[in-house]
Amino acid sequence: MKTNSRLLSAPYTVWMTIFIVLPMVLVAYFAFTDKQGSFTLENILSVGQYSNVFLRSIWLGAVATAICLVLGYPLAYIIAKLPAKRQSVMVMLVMLPMWMNFLLRTYAWMTLLEDNGLINAALNAVGLPKVHMINTAGAVVLGMVYNYIPYMVLPLYSVLTKIDQSVIEAAEDLGASDSKVFLKVVVPMSMPGVISGVTMVFVPAVSTFIISKMLGGGGNLLIGDLIDMQFLGSAYNPNLGSAISLVLMVMILICMGIMNQFDDGEDNGKGGIML
Amino acid sequence: MKRIFALLLAMLLLAPGAAAAEYDPDVTINVYSWGEYIANGTDGSMDINAEFTRRTGIKVNYTTFDSNESLYSKLVGGGADYDVIVPSDYMVSRLIDEGLLLPLDYENIPNYQYIDEQFRSPGYDPEEKYSVPYTWGVVGVFYNTRYIDEVTSWESLWNDEYAGKILMFDNPRDSFAIAQFLLGQDVNTTDPEEWRAAADLLKAQKPLVQAYVMDQIFDKMESGEAWIAPYYAGDAAILVDNSEDIDFAVPKEGTNFFVDAMCVPKTASHKREAEEYINFLCEPEISGANMDYVGYSTPETAAREYLDPEVAESPLHYPDAETIARTQIFVNLPGETSKQVDQLWAEVKMGGPGESAVLVAIILGFLGVYIAIIVYKRRKRKRELA
Amino acid sequence: MSRTVGRLYTFLIFLFLYAPILVLIVFSFNDTETASRTVFSGFSLKWYEKLFEDRLILEALRNTLIIAVAAAAASTVLGTMAAIGINSMKRLPKRIMMNITNFPMVNPEIVTGVSMMLLFVFAVGVFGGRSLGMGSIIAAHITFCLPYVILQVLPKLRQMDPALYEAAQDLGCPPVKAFFKVVLPEIMPGIVTGMIMAFTLSIDDFVISYFTSGTTQTLPIYIYSMTRKRVSPEINALSTVMFAAVMVLLIIVNVRSSNSGERAGKGGGQG
Repeated sequence: MKTNSRLLSAPYTVWMTIFIVLPMVLVAYFAFTDKQGSFTLENILSVGQYSNVFLRSIWLGAVATAICLVLGYPLAYIIAKLPAKRQSVMVMLVMLPMWMNFLLRTYAWMTLLEDNGLINAALNAVGLPKVHMINTAGAVVLGMVYNYIPYMVLPLYSVLTKIDQSVIEAAEDLGASDSKVFLKVVVPMSMPGVISGVTMVFVPAVSTFIISKMLGGGGNLLIGDLIDMQFLGSAYNPNLGSAISLVLMVMILICMGIMNQFDDGEDNGKGGIML
Repeated sequence: MKRIFALLLAMLLLAPGAAAAEYDPDVTINVYSWGEYIANGTDGSMDINAEFTRRTGIKVNYTTFDSNESLYSKLVGGGADYDVIVPSDYMVSRLIDEGLLLPLDYENIPNYQYIDEQFRSPGYDPEEKYSVPYTWGVVGVFYNTRYIDEVTSWESLWNDEYAGKILMFDNPRDSFAIAQFLLGQDVNTTDPEEWRAAADLLKAQKPLVQAYVMDQIFDKMESGEAWIAPYYAGDAAILVDNSEDIDFAVPKEGTNFFVDAMCVPKTASHKREAEEYINFLCEPEISGANMDYVGYSTPETAAREYLDPEVAESPLHYPDAETIARTQIFVNLPGETSKQVDQLWAEVKMGGPGESAVLVAIILGFLGVYIAIIVYKRRKRKRELA
Repeated sequence: MSRTVGRLYTFLIFLFLYAPILVLIVFSFNDTETASRTVFSGFSLKWYEKLFEDRLILEALRNTLIIAVAAAAASTVLGTMAAIGINSMKRLPKRIMMNITNFPMVNPEIVTGVSMMLLFVFAVGVFGGRSLGMGSIIAAHITFCLPYVILQVLPKLRQMDPALYEAAQDLGCPPVKAFFKVVLPEIMPGIVTGMIMAFTLSIDDFVISYFTSGTTQTLPIYIYSMTRKRVSPEINALSTVMFAAVMVLLIIVNVRSSNSGERAGKGGGQG
């Protein structure tokens, strides 16, 4: 039976070879060749010119991830403490915006943040001065936080609900204060959730190109914009684009490795998120 | 003569019986054009694509791009089979040079006869083999008269009183041209130093720029979100006519004169139907109705009589000879220069070139952290075991 | 943490999450001549009328649905088969397979998108064929949906008692029949959740479609081109309709899987 079953994954293996492995080989091929197809290191070397963009992307992505964690943790904690029935409603409420088209949600923020937008109109109405928000790095971070915060809350929540209540009670019985219980018991036990949350926010945030285009005004170039520019944008050069993609991928794989070091658990699937 | 020869050649190449084929009314053609560049039935205009389908049965899948460069990327690297594209002059010649266009069969485009003499044998397609002019126009500055009294020079785009209210083109050629006019350069220069100087000027402008945009300019200018923006004169039809506060001016340093032309790319799968579409758009009545809405200038004198007289006589839509005398036309840049321009453009948008060392440092930093953690954990485990 | 503070906090976060959506919905009913997005000048349904007369939007919607149905169906079948195969593998091959499965989930979406674009353009160059379009989008969507299906089905397989299947065979049931009668019902909740996930992921996807679509327009691609142009409040009407549709879908999903244990979020990144 076992051999037969194993064969069932053959079509999948073939599929993934064609549509995941082969494209990656192509990216690598393009990254190391010039337009005529002969080997060159020029593309990889010229990625260095864009180090500003990399720095900005990593910085904005990291800030957005940190904000997501700071905002998302208490929310996940509050939800996990609710009675079971309310929990599922709350989780659904967190997920609901995520299921609405991403471009539309981001577009809505344009309406809110513009100089003549709704927030400024509201400020004006109460007599406060206008605040310039759109087309700034802050607006890009806000867009990232808004779009990706559910990716932080959900894994945190699913880890927090699994913490055995008796462990917490034991700590309390031994005389630990509330804050001590939280810091010494809850936080360490929720580390796996923090890890997957951080990765799930950081990766898309660092590689986004829509948020920076819509809320950053084209002046806050990110890695994603740079790649888009080389493939479908204003500076057609798939070789350079592939090289940038390759560097981005290497960076993310290293980050992933770092993250996995914090996660001691066996790689048994706990829900959909495992890295 | 040349055209007849080409036709004969084409007929020889075609399978027998397929010669001078009738178009197939059941196909859908893919048209790739600029945004806001065809009358679409709103504001009482004619829905051009629907009218074409009504007359011929051919359906139109109409999609839009927002710069010549992104059209090029999509065409070359995006694996899309467009049947009709509408690039500007310099892009037409680049596509011709790279063998990416099909020679047109002008027998199928009888309305080509209406194209004015001055648009025949253009510099970008000297043999008149690949393109049919769609519109022409100049670039100028739109500004909001509530905040800005008058614009006479491109320098207004560098005025720090308007900081944060200035928009710029989101494509290299149009943006660089503005800096080049200010510096008094030839827009087609191949001198790397001149391009660098223009890039420096654009970099100096960047802190004042609210956003680099293309068609979002409509939204941002109309809502008063931005006060001043360079754009194509034809769009005055939307901007100036819809909003009383917005005015248009062509700066004194000169500007770019462009012709956008319809072409059929090599990858087209419905060439015959594409030609039918091009022919349809050249029909004076259609061209008139179309340009009346679009606001760009028609290359057909015959079409002008179908225009709203207010449009036909407006200097916005049909600039006078004196303005046109101050214009320059883009030509396709040689490979090296265009590579430099792409690079400089990325630099402008990211605010200066970066150092390779920084990137290497970032990656090494990550790796270092990775290794440090692994080492730390090993030690810790050992200590726990001990 | 005191309860009021907790409540206030939750309220503020939800305000943050829902304010933009509320704005979109409110302004979809705005009766305005110019495309003003910030001044509400009266109630009207005209943007909805315009929306449903817009041939391009309806065509894009049709394409999106065809792609989503095809991608969800194919990735569910392929993914379920793969999950069964992976589940019966030994440790090392299993590990390799899991790594391949996880890769598209952690790889930046834009890189997946451009790499597939390179592949499809390369394939068109080598094998001929017309160009990118529905076919390439569907293939790309199947690819990024597969891992989600597998990760939904695998835990169900693991929870299942393997003795059940063997018992059925011992009792003379042929393997195929045993599979359909014993295994399939056990893992069905996982399959259904996986399929619904694949469907919604496909409908919502912009980045990968953007790079692999050729001339085909899907709804997200159309929305993108709308936001790049002069914006019409039609886009708000469209958002509202989509939001309502998603709500209905989500309620169905939730009712279905409320007893199937915890669900993972719609993982992976976008944009």
